[in-house]
Amino acid sequence: MTTTAPEKKATRPGVAVAARLFGGGSATVFALLVLVFVAILFLNPSFFEPPSLMAFAKKAAPLVVLAVGQYLVIVCGELDLSVGSLVGAQVVIAAAVIDGQESRTVPVLLLMLAFGVLVGLVNGLVVTVLKVHSLIATLGMMLVLYGAIRLWTGGAPTGALSEGFRQVGREGIDMPVLRQLPWALLVAAAVVVVAVVFMRKPFGRTLVAAGDNEKAAAFAGVRVWWVRTIAFVLSSVLATLAGVLIGGYAGVTAQVGEGLEFTAITAVVLGGVVLGGGRGTVLAAMAGALTVEALFTLFNQLSLPSTIRPTVQGLIIVAAVAWAARERRRPFLPQS
Amino acid sequence: MTTVDRKPRLRSLGSTEMVYLALLGVLVIGAVLVAVDGGNLFGTANLVDMLTRSSLLGFVALGQTFVILCGSLDLSVGYVMALCSLIGATTMAGDPAKVPLGIVVVLVVAAGIGLLNGLIVSVLKVNPFIATLGMGLIIKGYLDTTYKGPAGEVPASFQQFGYSRIAFLPVSTAVMLIAVVLGILYLRRSRTGYHMFAVGGSQDVARLSGIRTGRVLVTAHVLCAVAAGVAGLLIAARFGTGSALVYSSGYDLDSIAAVVLGGTLLMGGRGGIAGTLAGVLILAVLDTVFNILQVDPFFKDVLRGVVIIAAVAIYARRQIDRRASRPRFGPGGNGGPPKDPVPDEPVPAGQGADR
Amino acid sequence: MRRTRVLVAGLAAAALTLTACATDTPTDQPPGGGGETEQEQSSDGEWFVQAEYDKQLAQREQEPQGPADQPWLQMIQPELVDTAEFKQDGKTLCFSNASVSNPWRVTGFITMQQQVEVLKQAGEISDFRVSDAGDDDNQQISDIQAFVDAGDCNAIIISPSTTATLTPAVETACESGVPVIVFDRGVNTDCMVTFIHPIGGYAYGADAAEFLVEKLEPGSKVLALRILPGVDVLEHRWAAAQQIFGDSDLEVLGDEFTGGDGAKIKDIVTQYLQRGDVDGIWMDAGDGAVAAVEAFEDSGKDLPVFAGEDELSFMRKWKDTGMTAIAPVYSNFQWRTPILAAVKIWKGEQVPSEWVLPQEPITDADRDEYLERNKDMPSLHYAKFGGEDLPGFPNAWKDR
Repeated sequence: MTTTAPEKKATRPGVAVAARLFGGGSATVFALLVLVFVAILFLNPSFFEPPSLMAFAKKAAPLVVLAVGQYLVIVCGELDLSVGSLVGAQVVIAAAVIDGQESRTVPVLLLMLAFGVLVGLVNGLVVTVLKVHSLIATLGMMLVLYGAIRLWTGGAPTGALSEGFRQVGREGIDMPVLRQLPWALLVAAAVVVVAVVFMRKPFGRTLVAAGDNEKAAAFAGVRVWWVRTIAFVLSSVLATLAGVLIGGYAGVTAQVGEGLEFTAITAVVLGGVVLGGGRGTVLAAMAGALTVEALFTLFNQLSLPSTIRPTVQGLIIVAAVAWAARERRRPFLPQS
Repeated sequence: MTTVDRKPRLRSLGSTEMVYLALLGVLVIGAVLVAVDGGNLFGTANLVDMLTRSSLLGFVALGQTFVILCGSLDLSVGYVMALCSLIGATTMAGDPAKVPLGIVVVLVVAAGIGLLNGLIVSVLKVNPFIATLGMGLIIKGYLDTTYKGPAGEVPASFQQFGYSRIAFLPVSTAVMLIAVVLGILYLRRSRTGYHMFAVGGSQDVARLSGIRTGRVLVTAHVLCAVAAGVAGLLIAARFGTGSALVYSSGYDLDSIAAVVLGGTLLMGGRGGIAGTLAGVLILAVLDTVFNILQVDPFFKDVLRGVVIIAAVAIYARRQIDRRASRPRFGPGGNGGPPKDPVPDEPVPAGQGADR
Repeated sequence: MRRTRVLVAGLAAAALTLTACATDTPTDQPPGGGGETEQEQSSDGEWFVQAEYDKQLAQREQEPQGPADQPWLQMIQPELVDTAEFKQDGKTLCFSNASVSNPWRVTGFITMQQQVEVLKQAGEISDFRVSDAGDDDNQQISDIQAFVDAGDCNAIIISPSTTATLTPAVETACESGVPVIVFDRGVNTDCMVTFIHPIGGYAYGADAAEFLVEKLEPGSKVLALRILPGVDVLEHRWAAAQQIFGDSDLEVLGDEFTGGDGAKIKDIVTQYLQRGDVDGIWMDAGDGAVAAVEAFEDSGKDLPVFAGEDELSFMRKWKDTGMTAIAPVYSNFQWRTPILAAVKIWKGEQVPSEWVLPQEPITDADRDEYLERNKDMPSLHYAKFGGEDLPGFPNAWKDR
């Protein structure tokens, strides 16, 4: 049922843990993450002063949350292209309905949650019941959300977010050394911890099993369609949470959320999670997200011309994923 | 979830026929709506409009069909188009004598990119989604750095490719149709074309039956990039110059949608170019009808999304029935999207031994 | 056997098409007929043209002709042309729009529709047809072609999505004999009856850059935030700014592409602040300006001297914080002018061949006045939208 490297008892527990973390191509992303941070340290040691790190965490938190959501979908063999549009839609909905009134914050958060669940449910059911390939189903959802939200607001976002709504993405707990511990960091950390625990529970394992071998999972009594639908719902709910963080971080702009789906998928794959399902860990997906954000920071520290950055980013991603693929063929632990 | 052969009547319909039935349906509904609005969908102006809209996406989707049939994917086509429009226009530089040179350079560059894509996917085993997304980023960076805007000039003679037409048939559409016919012949009559179905059905099974899967994948990627290159040339002819901003027009996802609308399985192994043509035409008809009916641009996106999902859901219903009736081969294992069983067409395993 | 048959059939079809092509081509004249298209083609990819720069900077000083309370009817240095040949009773107006993909275009398009509404009630326009190309040049070429082929447009208004690429299509439209009006971005031809635009990108970029040079001490550091590369109206703004910064004692820390995305802007500015001080921000368009200001607030730094845009979210932030700022304007009211121009042309009245509209930045002096006028408007609305006198005001813009 399980798939991450070997589940059988390794001789030394340390090796087993390492294999869990770094096996199956995930070592690359941790190595790359360390490498990028070392490069940043070399260029600008002051980046590692606590306030700067906290600023980085605040910025990276939404992508981590999105990557965890995308991980859940990818590990069960699907793909969710609608998250970028959903983030945009949620922020626009929040601004339009809250319209600057503090008292509406909590009801609107609930509304957003309901909307997120609805979108995820539709995605999931279209994929599992109507048997539409997830790339097409979520591509369609992306178009529908993009158009519908603009149709509703007349083309550009209206209204305003309340201060309370923006707290989570923008503010934090004031404290001495860090200056401020961002709420966003706490949220992202909580999401990751919950996801790690979740993946160890039976449901998480069935999720992986569904992605690894649908048929075998079905024979073993897993309701594959239901498991996958839940994964889509979770992805949409996490995208909603990411929307709350991004909206809080930077407010409403017309372009909010654009292209995030590809960044999130890139982050997850960079983490050694295999498109097609069955392989990879939450922590590796998180590391992928952090690596992507760290790369953007590195480019900035290098003062790399803005226009050439996509090229470098593309090269690094392809190289890293190729390297991980090579690793996967030479497993961390020898298979007995 | 294993319902078995409930609709024998539908099974007698091939998937391509289904798609053309869908096209017919869209045409009829469109024509009725336009007629209610007081227009004629099949008037020369509208006909020209539909065909023109189909030509550009037609080239891209044609190429995309090859890679999708192989179970791969190409997200870099938009960037290849942009790059090729610029290379074509700057090479021609307004000189009619340099048109052939421009075409050759574009095709060579496009083929080179396709070769790289194919090698990254087949040799380095990078998932095609990421490989071509990365390739797209690489090209984007090059474009943004090198070209600060539209560049180059296309001589009037080559602009004909984008503008002139024979009665109601635009030249670009005619060329696209010829390419489609050649593509169909290639898939049906050539050995590599035939192998594409096998590779898409199951790479492992194909390899075990002696097919050089890597070579087939690379060929598909090269063909796809070349088709995108031709689309880039058409862009240059239409614009009179090359433009980098084409990459933001979404031809990558559009072309995948068209291929899948055309009945080709996204997991590979089943489908064909004739269906893709219908998929492209469905999208073009929708665009024209929306335009005539003055549909709000944002509502257009919503409708497009719904139509794509609905159409694919309808095709999928049939495929479930079929899938259940055949034994499933073991999963592919290494990377790649989940594999589907071998295609309906018998794979000529004997021919595969071309070593 | 079957293989050969299919091949032969294919070849025959191809041959048939080719011969048909040879006999039938003249259905359409080659657009542009060569020759004319190459003026001003920025084929070297360089965006700075000294003569045009000087002209725009000079135009800022000129007193525009026309009613001061209706800036959308004002014109700078007009060269009036006769339109008697287009005088007609037809009242179908066709508009090929590049897109409504950003708030500036959304605001403008509402103003345009409201203007059309007024003229429809007055019986000046019977039908207003719009096609939207969604920022796809190829789509827009088809859209224009469709209007020409339909044959019942009495005038075609075009807002091109890209300057160079739409030239052949605009020329085709001109050749059809229908009066063509181009506005906002231009095309490389002068076949249209009138080309309507505010002074231009150089003037915009210069307004912003000159303000920074004036307000900042020599040696201060400026960060440039840009939307995306390769769009002429935006590149002109940056080219002018580079010119002015180059002659000043300011240090340009860098220029970054943000896509107008608030999160990206905030991140980039935060990173620059982490490495050192930033004294001034120059933007080529104000989208997401507030996020940049917030980056300073959240980092606990002094607010910079800021060049944003007349987008209300920025202007409100400007007022709330009391920072030193300017709002350069790319006159949004220009969306009214093409409609009015079309009606003028149908009546055979003279219009300028190049209709240059005034373009004046909003400063400290008139900021509060514009905020007061637009106090009910949403935050992504543009202060100089010029629709206050239309009957739909304010609800059409407010409750869209």
